[in-house]
Formats: sequence, structure tokens, C-alpha cells
Amino acid sequence: MSIRMEKPWQSLDATNAKKLLGQLGVYQISNDADEILYIGFAGGRSLFGLRGILQDELAKRGEGFRFRVEINQQYLSRWEELLKVHKADHNALPPENNDHRPRRIGQLSLS
Amino acid sequence: MDLDLSDEQRMLVEQVRRFVRQEIDPLEADLDPDASELTAEDHERLVGITTGMGLYQMDVPEEFGGAGLDVMTRTLLAMEMSQHRAGLYAPCYGTFGSMGLAQLYDANDDQKERYLLPTLRGEKRGFFGLTEPSGGSDPARAIQTRAVKDGDEWVINGQKIFISGADRADFGLVFARTSPDKGRAGVTCFIVDTDMPGFHVRRIVHTLRSTHYATELQFEDLRVPAENILGRVDGGFAIANERLTRNRIPYAAACLGVAMRAQDMAVAYVKVRETFGDLLATRQTVQNMLIDNELDIRTARWLTLAAAHKADKGEAFRTEAAMAKIAATEAGGRVVDRAMQIHGGYGVTKDFPFERWFREMRIRRIGEGPNEIQRLIIARDLIGGAFH
Repeated sequence: MSIRMEKPWQSLDATNAKKLLGQLGVYQISNDADEILYIGFAGGRSLFGLRGILQDELAKRGEGFRFRVEINQQYLSRWEELLKVHKADHNALPPENNDHRPRRIGQLSLS
Repeated sequence: MDLDLSDEQRMLVEQVRRFVRQEIDPLEADLDPDASELTAEDHERLVGITTGMGLYQMDVPEEFGGAGLDVMTRTLLAMEMSQHRAGLYAPCYGTFGSMGLAQLYDANDDQKERYLLPTLRGEKRGFFGLTEPSGGSDPARAIQTRAVKDGDEWVINGQKIFISGADRADFGLVFARTSPDKGRAGVTCFIVDTDMPGFHVRRIVHTLRSTHYATELQFEDLRVPAENILGRVDGGFAIANERLTRNRIPYAAACLGVAMRAQDMAVAYVKVRETFGDLLATRQTVQNMLIDNELDIRTARWLTLAAAHKADKGEAFRTEAAMAKIAATEAGGRVVDRAMQIHGGYGVTKDFPFERWFREMRIRRIGEGPNEIQRLIIARDLIGGAFH
């Protein structure tokens, strides 16, 4: 598994969201300029896993965004890892994660 | 060994049990099933309660403001504090405080001022960096991280793995080889600041445990001032070994707490769950599982309290701690497994805590010295080191 999420981006629309399975995992949301806006996870309390979470994201945001997912049972440690990677790359968290983040992010040195 | 709890012990145990049931359990109903931290507001509120109970920072020695509990009482409380979903690795989500790194209580005054006291005030966090990719069971010989003296500094190069909390820490204790030919007598403990050039957290090591994850570290020409040596040059292994032995008692107690809660839940469930027109409680195969659980719990509990008792008397307790670690981690795994079986399909869902306990309990047979090494320790004490 690569430390960065390398799955292809997909358009955030009803058809693509419906294709997802109800599994647990992590996801990223970006805009058309390839800027990652948010990193989230579908955890053990999510009603329909990644499908449900991405359908919620679509309902909240509307179309015009992209997403990619990674099925992962260790969704919390992977989520924190992706936040650290983003912080290491951009010296900041994704803008929408400022209110949805672990209490302490910590450091990661990418080689 | 007296099996009766003193009035004070009984009161403290009941207090902590009530805290877990009334404060922690309700929060876990809303937290992610794998969560290991509370919101800042909840954490602060619960710390207020534990402070009011006089149990905040209970592990800290009395002279630094701690509760001054003996090992036996502390062990009894550890068995209570782990009785919730996150209890094995995040007992009560840290709301009883943290003693920090035990080795720092033996640090010199300057080191205490810079590292121990800020940790106790909650301003700094530390990590314990011992295990390397070359092996964890025999750390004294497996350590390949090198520290070479250069003027008033030491230059460290090497790697560590399975290090918890290093990514969020402000400093850590790093064990490095300073005398290549001296085996376990050639290892030194350095206090390393994580913002020093050459300190790298290379990755999170994903395991069965989703939170409180481990990390892999790399040191590249990391320069550490000589005043950051903890203890003496080449005296690091004794520091590491002391911690490993001492930690095995609370480590065992936490496993037992989870097992006790799993058994409580199983006993409650068999009294309400019907199959084929009768309660599970009437099925002998189910009763046998509960009996085996009880035997496992009581046996491991006895061994764990015996280790605590010896530690309190100031006697050598290496063998007893090893026995407690083996008994509690193995019994804990069996008890959680049977409780899960009794709960059937529900037992493996994230609606219940068993699946998290099942995953995390598996790690306990490996962590803090694998059980095979504990058996080796016991054998050495029984028949003497010359036969190994």
C-alpha cells in the first residue's frame, strides 16, 4: 500500500456514489483544480459505509467535486496517515479538516 | 497473600467502576468503535471528575503530586479502568492522567526540569524507542542503531520500528549502541527532541489496532548533546529492562479487566437470549464456556495480584510478572473469544466491543515481550541461566 492515496479520481455524482460498496475505509474530496478539500473516513458507525458517506457528501455539496476511496479496515490510522501526508506536502491540513481532525496531528517525514 | 481487599481498596475499586459505567460507557455509545480519544471538552470534564476523586495522575510518585498508591491497589484499579471498549490501549481515554516515561524519575535535575515536569503538566509527550527492525525480543543484542561521540555531542544513525506515539511526541527515549562489542552492556539511552534535524517519522505501521498505532523512525546524523544521556554511557539496557519488567503487571491487569467485562456481558446475555424455546443459560455447552471463562479469569487474576504483592514487598518479581503476563494475555484472548461465540453474529459486529477486544487482545501476546520470551525468563529463574 502506498503511503499516498493513488486511486483514480471520480466525479462525485449519484451514479458513481451508488456504485460504491458499503465497506469501511477512507476517502478524499477535491475540486476541479485537484486541490484536496477534505479527507474523511467511513467508520464503524456509518450506516452504509463508503457508499453512504459519499452519498451524504454529494447531498451536502452538490455536483462539481471529485472523490476517491480506499477500502480499509484500519480506517482511523489510515485517515491520520493521510492527514499527515497532506500536512507534510502542503504544510497545512485540507481546508475542511480544520474542524474534523485528531486533537494532535503529529509529524511524518516523507522521503 | 491476603485476598481480602482493604476498605480503602474496595472504595477505590467501586469509585472507578462507577466512573467507567456512568461516564465512559455513555460516551462510547457515540464514538467511533475504534476511537481512542475523547473531544477536548469531554476529556477536560472527566479529568475534573478524576481530580475530584483524588486519582488524577495516580501513577505519579507522591513527591511529584501523585496518589501514592501501592502496586496492588494500582493493579486492582487497572482491572477496572480497562472495562470498556477502548480500555485495553486507552483505559478511560487517559482521563486518569499519565505518569509519562517512568525512566525520567531517575533523570538528573536538569533533565527532569526539561522533560519530566512538562510531561506531568501535560505540556510535553514522550515516546519509548527500543525495538528495531532487526528484532524486538532480544533488544540488547538486536540494537543496531549507533551513537558515536563527536565532541560534546553524540551522532545517532539507525532505525526503530513499532514505536507508539513518536509522531505526536515532543521527545523520546532512544536506545542506541555506543560500544559495538559489549552486547547488552554497550547500549545507551538518549533523550531525543523530535524537532531536531535528522529525526524522521517515516511511516505509520498499520496493524490490527487501528488507533494508538505504531510508527517507524529513522535517525540520520541526529546530533544529541551529551547532557541528554539518561543514566550513564553503556547503561541503557538496565533502564529498558526495568521498565519492561515493571510494565508487565499493569499490562496483565488491563487484559484481565477486559476479560472480566466480556464475562459480565456474556453472563447477562445468556439470561435473556433464547434458542429453540429456552434460554442460552440452560444449555450446558454454553455454561461450560462461562465456567472456562471464570477459571481463566480467576487463575490469571491470582497470578497478577501475586506479582503485584511481591513488587509491593520489594522482592524480586521478574518471574511473577512474566507469569502474570502470560496468564492474563492468553486467558484474556480465550475469554473474549468465548464471549464473542456466545453472542453469535452480534459478537462479531462493531455494535459490540468484542471484535475490537479480539483484535487488540491478540497483540498483547506479542507486546511488552512476547509470551515465548516470558517463558524463557521463567525457565531461567527455575533452572538457571547456564542451561540457556
